[in-house]
Amino acid sequence: MEHIVLEMQNIVKEFPGVRALDNVNIRVRENTIHALVGENGAGKSTLMKVLSGVYPYGSYEGKVLFAGEECRFRGIKESEKKGIVIIHQELALIPQLSIMENIFLGNERAVKGVINWEECRRKALELMETVGLKENPGTLINQIGVGKQQLVEIAKALSKDVKLLILDEPTAALNDEESQKLLNLILHLKKEFGMTGIIISHKLGEILKVADDITVLRDGSTVEFFCPGTEEVTEDQIIKGMVGRELTNLYPARDVEIGPQRFEIRDWTVYSEEYRDQKFIDKVNITLKKGEVVGIAGLMGAGRTEFAMSVFGRSFGSRIQGTVYKDGKEIDVSTVSAAIKNGIAYLTEDRKELGLLLYESIRNNITLPNLAQVSGKGVINENEEVKVAEEYFHKLNVKAPGIQQQTNNLSGGNQQKVLLARWILSQPDLLILDEPTRGIDVGAKYEIYNIINDLAREGKCILVISSELPEVLGVCDRIYVMKEGSIVGEFLKEDASQEKIMKVIVQSDRRGRDEC
Amino acid sequence: MNAENKVRFDIKKYGMVIALVVIASLFQVLTDGVLLAPMNISKLIMQNGYILILAIGMLPVILTGDIDLSVGSIVALIGAVISKLLVGHPEFPVFAAILLGLAAGMVIGAWHGFWIAYMRIPAFIATLSGMLIFRGVTLVITQGKTIAPFPDSYQYLAQAYIPDIPGTEGFHGTTVLIGVLLIIAYVISEIRRRKREMQYGFLVSRGPLFGIRLAAVTVVIAVATFWFTRFRGIPVILVILGVLMSVYSFITQRTILGRHIYALGGNERATRLSGVNTKKVKFLVFVNMGLMAAFAAIVYSARINCADPKAGDGFELDAIAACYIGGASASGGVGKVTGAVIGGLVMGVLNNGMSIVGVGTDWQKIIKGLVLLAAVVFDIINQSRKK
Repeated sequence: MEHIVLEMQNIVKEFPGVRALDNVNIRVRENTIHALVGENGAGKSTLMKVLSGVYPYGSYEGKVLFAGEECRFRGIKESEKKGIVIIHQELALIPQLSIMENIFLGNERAVKGVINWEECRRKALELMETVGLKENPGTLINQIGVGKQQLVEIAKALSKDVKLLILDEPTAALNDEESQKLLNLILHLKKEFGMTGIIISHKLGEILKVADDITVLRDGSTVEFFCPGTEEVTEDQIIKGMVGRELTNLYPARDVEIGPQRFEIRDWTVYSEEYRDQKFIDKVNITLKKGEVVGIAGLMGAGRTEFAMSVFGRSFGSRIQGTVYKDGKEIDVSTVSAAIKNGIAYLTEDRKELGLLLYESIRNNITLPNLAQVSGKGVINENEEVKVAEEYFHKLNVKAPGIQQQTNNLSGGNQQKVLLARWILSQPDLLILDEPTRGIDVGAKYEIYNIINDLAREGKCILVISSELPEVLGVCDRIYVMKEGSIVGEFLKEDASQEKIMKVIVQSDRRGRDEC
Repeated sequence: MNAENKVRFDIKKYGMVIALVVIASLFQVLTDGVLLAPMNISKLIMQNGYILILAIGMLPVILTGDIDLSVGSIVALIGAVISKLLVGHPEFPVFAAILLGLAAGMVIGAWHGFWIAYMRIPAFIATLSGMLIFRGVTLVITQGKTIAPFPDSYQYLAQAYIPDIPGTEGFHGTTVLIGVLLIIAYVISEIRRRKREMQYGFLVSRGPLFGIRLAAVTVVIAVATFWFTRFRGIPVILVILGVLMSVYSFITQRTILGRHIYALGGNERATRLSGVNTKKVKFLVFVNMGLMAAFAAIVYSARINCADPKAGDGFELDAIAACYIGGASASGGVGKVTGAVIGGLVMGVLNNGMSIVGVGTDWQKIIKGLVLLAAVVFDIINQSRKK
């Protein structure tokens, strides 16, 4: 019988309206690498936040046992003291500080508050050698690549006498070679230092390579457990566990005659804003027909939002290349107002940051891009504005006392309806909906699907970006699959299934990225 | 519950008006009626006119979430530029000098706007640098000396009263005429607005209530008019202020540009994603600030009748304080032109009242600082209670 170092028993975590974790059980054996897999929103990150104390003891139900004793962490500090260190997908390094300073940030080698830099340097060099990082400890973080930054994070974890290292999507931003190096390092740390690790990843190939155990989460529950060390496990088995959800009739039927092609986006290429030779979107080609609902499936970070925003008036990225055609003619989408004028609208995935004016009224939110419709010579006809806002307020069934209500008091679903009202009022021909049902309850979701159907019936083209595969399958006529900035698959609704799409996404035959 | 909401809403809307009335009443008692005497009111308006003008310009800047620290230096510089044109050149037309001064103000505003809007320099830094640069330029132009005196027609702007219709001296025909015209204009516009709203089928306040409101405003205008007739009539500067206030209230409340200014301060990225050219809006706001600073410079130099290289020192802080006291939010997106003017008046009344009572400038500063803090605290408590 092997020693179980971590056991999480019957963990239940609820958010208002959602049960994010429902009786999750996980057992991690000492000196093994344990993989946690599941779709977006399956509850992996939530579970790790419970473990590390981001969600303090008392905000969840269940028991966390680490090294034989029950843990009641009230914050990250306490879990770190026990040797549980988590490395997040978005690295938590300070770009303007050196490697050495970052390694010891919050954990400085100091006597009475005065830092002993010589000791820091000696220790940093030692740690850097362990993780195979060949750099000067004084080099600033923003001068080294993402792969090396990842190593700094691991060195930082090691400096805290880590017993359990949690890596959240450690290779998501790395190229093949860097990924291999990192995976080898993890295996090396396990073998030489007796470290235990939990790795969260979507890349099943990698997981099969490093993991001793695999737990599959789906909709907040543990559904499968594999042990590649002792049994034969295939990617297909894991995928089945990840998506094995039944499609129910959450999606209203639509009966729309799909017309001729209206929009075409050809050879769309976008580079990053910060690193100008990093390609985000690589020669994407998509088409949309009249009355057609087209989906883009993919994991978070696949480049879907970046693609949509770059098309919508170059709101993301640099060095944008490619053309947009509407009814066979090239159109100008170089600024947001030009894109709107040419019939494109974009509903953001980030309602609060990129969508709403939270401290202004529903009315002002609905009419913001559409003021010209209710104005003459730059002067707003307030009566006309109120009339139009009222009309769409009722049309979309926003539940609020009235159009003068501030939007920050509304529920997520109603906020989303306000934004939909804004963009439907702009009378677009192509409406891009980025995660249109994120963070809203089931009833509001159904209403939004109905709105999508109504728009399709009016002959509009609708592009739905969604990380929820059942949703994509439920509302779209045709589905593109995007991965690392490229379209890697296309399915008609009839031919598509969750397994097929997931397979395209996670299968390890990744095309190497030529940059980084 | 609905009624409760309404009361709270009104407190926020009229909080500063009430504060102004309270402060004014307090000093009216403390000064034995000197504060609100017709002569003192005229003086008060003349003394604070340029701060109020600066506050009107500063408000859009604060609405977009920025700040302008340079306006005091601009006031000095424009004063110096105009003095170079007018002092010792009796043949130079005053009107042209004023226009040139305003244009120079806009150029300076455009300089700031360029760096802030297009080069993304934080407004605090860009205008801090402008504050130093333009003070320096002023010293170069004036060679550190005070330049005086201005021609009489220039001084007229800040020191004179609207001339009377001949034959009505003592009775102040023009002042009465202006008062009557204001009342007529107000009543007509309110009735027309109500009619339009009824055409759209909106709920309007009931007839008697509407009548009471009209009557109340009419009485206020009538009393104010009567008050001014008791001294020398309406000061020219009050007319300028009135016009600026209505123009900027209109721009901020009724035009697309105004709505874009509020939206930009509320959420810049969301506003850009709604097709608003946010850079252009920012640029224009700073050009306008330059224009208003030039206005203030003209009024101020005309009042003190010289171009002083140290003029305008600290004006920027008074203007910013006026906006915050008047309910503007430091993070942008919230505030009104009328609020900024009322905020400026609160400070003006405090200054004036304390001076009359004989409070030293040391204590004046302490009290003004506390009032600024209290106004913002009041706002924040009000906000959090609403949640």
